[in-house]
Amino acid sequence: MTSPGSYNPQPPRPPWGIRPPPRKTESTRLPILTAPIPDQVVIPIQQCLDMTANAIVHPGQRVLTGEPIAQAVAQAESWAGPTVHASISGEIIAIEERPVPGPSPIAETCVVIHGDGRDERYPGYQDLGDPLQLEPERICELVAEGGIVGLGGALFSTAAKLRADKRIHALILNGAECEPYITCDEMLELENAETVLRGTRIMLRALGAPVAIIAVESEMPEDRVALNDAIEAAGDDDIHVAVVTAKYPAGGERQLIQMIMGQEVPEGGYPSDIGYVCHNVATAAAVADLFDRGRPLISRIVTLAGGGIETTRNVDARIGTRMGDLIESTVGYRIETTQLVMGGPMMGFLLPDDNLPVTKATNCLIVAEPGELSPPRPEMPCIRCSECSEVCPAQLLPQELLTAAKRKDMAALDELGLNACIECGCCDYVCPSHIPMTARFIAAKSNFREHHLAMETATRAQTRFENRQARLEQEARARDRELRDQVDELAESKPRIIDDLMARVKSRQDDT
Amino acid sequence: MSFVTGTAPHWRAQETVASMMRQVIYAMVPAITVYAMFFGIGIVINCLIACIVAVITEAGALLIRRRPVELFLRDYSAVVTAILLAFCLPALTPWWVTATGSFFAIAVAKHLYGGLGFNVFNPAMAGYVALLVSFPEALSQWTAPNIGDLDYQAPTAFMTLQFVLTGALPDGMMIDAITRATPLNAVKTGVGMMRTVDEIRSNPLFGDFAGRGWEWINSFVALGGFWLLYKGVIRWHIPVSLIGAMVAVSSLTYILDSSIHPGPAFQLLSGGTLLCAFFIATDPVSGATTTTGRIIYGAGIGILAFIIRTWGAYPDGIAFSVLLMNMAAPLIDRYTRPRPYGRAPKARH
Repeated sequence: MTSPGSYNPQPPRPPWGIRPPPRKTESTRLPILTAPIPDQVVIPIQQCLDMTANAIVHPGQRVLTGEPIAQAVAQAESWAGPTVHASISGEIIAIEERPVPGPSPIAETCVVIHGDGRDERYPGYQDLGDPLQLEPERICELVAEGGIVGLGGALFSTAAKLRADKRIHALILNGAECEPYITCDEMLELENAETVLRGTRIMLRALGAPVAIIAVESEMPEDRVALNDAIEAAGDDDIHVAVVTAKYPAGGERQLIQMIMGQEVPEGGYPSDIGYVCHNVATAAAVADLFDRGRPLISRIVTLAGGGIETTRNVDARIGTRMGDLIESTVGYRIETTQLVMGGPMMGFLLPDDNLPVTKATNCLIVAEPGELSPPRPEMPCIRCSECSEVCPAQLLPQELLTAAKRKDMAALDELGLNACIECGCCDYVCPSHIPMTARFIAAKSNFREHHLAMETATRAQTRFENRQARLEQEARARDRELRDQVDELAESKPRIIDDLMARVKSRQDDT
Repeated sequence: MSFVTGTAPHWRAQETVASMMRQVIYAMVPAITVYAMFFGIGIVINCLIACIVAVITEAGALLIRRRPVELFLRDYSAVVTAILLAFCLPALTPWWVTATGSFFAIAVAKHLYGGLGFNVFNPAMAGYVALLVSFPEALSQWTAPNIGDLDYQAPTAFMTLQFVLTGALPDGMMIDAITRATPLNAVKTGVGMMRTVDEIRSNPLFGDFAGRGWEWINSFVALGGFWLLYKGVIRWHIPVSLIGAMVAVSSLTYILDSSIHPGPAFQLLSGGTLLCAFFIATDPVSGATTTTGRIIYGAGIGILAFIIRTWGAYPDGIAFSVLLMNMAAPLIDRYTRPRPYGRAPKARH
């Protein structure tokens, strides 16, 4: 057992995981390009996990770059969720349902802004004060107001994760981008190591944590140097760099904690349960930008990759930019593509078209050329080769989970640890029978949740019923007792009445 | 523009069931070649008969079960089963015996249980055992290796073919004239007749470690096995634990009494030990699948095979021990499941 906060700067190669072709060299050759400001943006207002946001603007209204346009509400919490901001200045021409990128094509409320080309800044976030002098709670409030969410793709509210109600031993900054193609964090660390460090320091203050560990991959030696140089230059002795093996999915939050801290996040729990909080390096940079440049989260770095475009590189894109426009205005389509992935080839999702907005979750767009992604293959029966369990980062037995999922055996799914599945897709990647396991596990997980919800409802209903039965019985018993008492009373009083009557009769007889 | 969609991950393995099975077939080629060099063309004829019957049976079963015939025939699993079965049969096996075994393996042991991926027993071993208990006579007609310096006239290719197809030898030649005991059989009957292992091994059938010819064939089986390990088609756990267990128990008994126990090298290079370790016990469908489970499974086969060879009624116990451990595999898997990430270790009572 390691002591809290002690970490391994060079964890050994994990036994799990896979080594897909990294395809990262091309996109790291050119510096990050700031994309031209688009004429129009479509900003989905739902950009934070588990929270519902409401638009706070109306069509026709003029907004400035960085002006709040929607506010997320954290249910069951007193504090506010992350704000959504206008990413260009101009006029709001519509607030309506538009298709948004996601695992399945859905439409959500979006604020459509027609730009005036001036990119006038909203002044509301200037002079927030020195964050290192602010109270932790105030930092959290401002981070939410700045619209900052997890930029690794999860979109979890950063402020919620910084509001630690538990003692935090270490902040882990995830810069280990393990998915093929994606290099937005790698390029950020390389070009803006100081910004990452500055954000890290602000996060440390908010969390009240003693140390921060920035995790990078072994295939990013330049990043390690850049970060170490920046740490040395700033004289930070509470920020360290750990290098994990470049293996997919080494950048998974739970896997990272396991490797660097030597501890596992308990089943069904959160990293904070064992004293750790994980944030993406880009999220830290966004925090620094908010306080130092008065700039809320209105843009993000997107890796544009794949054989379908002319140049592969990272671009800084405004949130809400139409994907097709972003590609055309920066790197250019090379061919008529047929497939577009948002995210990486392992966990990303295929988009139905490029007429969708860039969101805070858009870390990478792969414009695939024919043959770049695996073609669909016929599914064969599982031959129990167990390659899937060899690579599973959660030490699960995917082939057994598969049969349990087929049987819809909830108890077995639970026993086999379905909920520890991080949906990384390693099992699919190695399966010689080409079984879409990850897709089935995602479905099984949602079934599992529904099942448990139903079970809970049923249990509650049963408890309610049993309580009612008990109450009724008690009442019945009480009534019984009362009745018996009356009868007893009557029975007791009966001889007396008869005696009285007899006495009266007697006295009358005597009278006559 | 509108694009093609699908579910993640968008990259998948190049490996297929068919590519794995093909590798197994390639890995068997050296051993079959060496086999044919020592024992004549019989093995090749047997392989052909077994393969033809297996493929026809597979196609028929798939048709009856309304499964895509071409897709499943292309997985080569029937061919692998057929070759492994044929490899266990004597060079002089009547065609109908081979055909029956191949049919039984595919129709009964595989498709009656639900086809590829669902068979409880290793089809090749089930087919072999079915033949062993049904036609013990036919499966005991082993020839001796054709090395030249033995006082032995090996059957020619023509004689072999004639016997396989008609069950008779030319010119009223007696089958007993060309069959010999296998090394394992010689040791078993010899020890039964109170002879020492050294006496038994003075027979010219024996080479440096095991039966002449057999030690070479089995070495090439191991070579094919190493190739499968190198290509990642099989993992080390089962071969290592099976061979390790066999070596451990045979060494122990050899140390205790070397006059009646032939020792580890003989056990390894005789009969089906190495074939089983690399090609049969590693069949994922009918074996244990967890890491610990595979080690237990392999060791179980090694120990059972040794027990059957030494104290049982059969000279080679590989097929029976595989089937016995096939039965135990689900139980082994159940009790050797790895602890999922984040789950507290179970408290022991």
